[in-house]
Amino acid sequence: MSADAGTPRILYCHCAYAQAVPKPVKQQVLQTLTASGVEFEAVPDLCEMSAKRDPALAELAGCGALTIVACYPRAVTWLFNAAGAPLAEGVRVLNMRTETAEAVAAALPRRTERGAGAPASEPVGECDGRSPSVKR
Amino acid sequence: MSGAIRVVLYEGAGSAPFGAGERFEITRALLEKGYRVTRAHAGGRGTAGAEGAPLVVLGRFDEAKPAEAVSEAGAPVYFRDVADRQPDAIVALVEEAGAGAGATKPGGWKPWFPVIDYGRCTNCMQCLTFCLFDVYGVSGEKKIQVQKPSNCKTDCPACSRVCPEVAILFPKYKAGPINGDEVNDADLEREKMKVDISALLGGDIYAALRQRSQHAQSRFAKERDDARALEERKRCLTKLQQALDIPAEVLGALPSLDDIRERTARAMAQTNPAPATGEEGA
Repeated sequence: MSADAGTPRILYCHCAYAQAVPKPVKQQVLQTLTASGVEFEAVPDLCEMSAKRDPALAELAGCGALTIVACYPRAVTWLFNAAGAPLAEGVRVLNMRTETAEAVAAALPRRTERGAGAPASEPVGECDGRSPSVKR
Repeated sequence: MSGAIRVVLYEGAGSAPFGAGERFEITRALLEKGYRVTRAHAGGRGTAGAEGAPLVVLGRFDEAKPAEAVSEAGAPVYFRDVADRQPDAIVALVEEAGAGAGATKPGGWKPWFPVIDYGRCTNCMQCLTFCLFDVYGVSGEKKIQVQKPSNCKTDCPACSRVCPEVAILFPKYKAGPINGDEVNDADLEREKMKVDISALLGGDIYAALRQRSQHAQSRFAKERDDARALEERKRCLTKLQQALDIPAEVLGALPSLDDIRERTARAMAQTNPAPATGEEGA
């Protein structure tokens, strides 16, 4: 279960230790994400990872196809920077503080279930920095 | 200690997929307890275990797995069959594995600390000189940085108020631009009005109070009332507290103007190269 270079990634932040993200939004987004068939990384709190300079941030930051579902792009960008893991070009940040759950869910990369026998289709944003939509 | 434990929901070969509702409930329960969760398929493309953290692999396994193995990074890997288990019971399994691995217990701290937007920061050091809790420091490259985030006073955004460039964020703060929302011209104007808060808080207020006190002494020497002066100070601080959203205890512990000057001098000495004295190495 190690990272590979062709990996599209979704990083979801649950903002578990504060009420900064409206609860109904994060619940609905998480529900959509877990039902979508895509692989994801769900973390309790990006701020906590940044403060602890979690090495996982550096690994994720290097992936240009990364979609981060969290809060304000400016905050996310500098949280990664503070952890010594500046985000690569092409990373998308979806803001659960300002967007509706529907809008965030609609912007999530989609992928057909893999691993249960179904081959991947419509690969979205391979980890090569060619992500179609940049929102930083 | 071996870091925080990580959880993988494994739904690849040899492990039946979870139902969507079940996957959601398990993920949510683990996140709310402070655990990081990776959903992985066959061949796994997640980052789980990449940095050597202990790992718990949860699945609905077709056949018996070893209870424990070792990852390529040398970290313990625990396999747990969670078929027919409720989310709470699954959390308990993870907690038990974490305890066995000597992993750091998650949570216990609201991650409240300043984050510097270096796209705006001018390295003026006002934040460093103003902060009462030694959160800030100066890097080897003479650059302001947050060095002790856990020292920060929870829910206090005071240093962001003194930043003339609106370059300090508190991502969990309720309002923009401190919460990371984009900075607009109106914000800049508003913040500029607060630029000299360190002087306002450390200097002007004290100066104003001293002035009032002197004024009072000259006019009402016979009616001198320390209690009244104290009340007056409290009223001033309460107004500021409400206007700037700064906790009372922070205002109550404000440094004096002399302290602020001394801190500034120290910070500037850190950022300026030492003058050549010809005594290096002496």
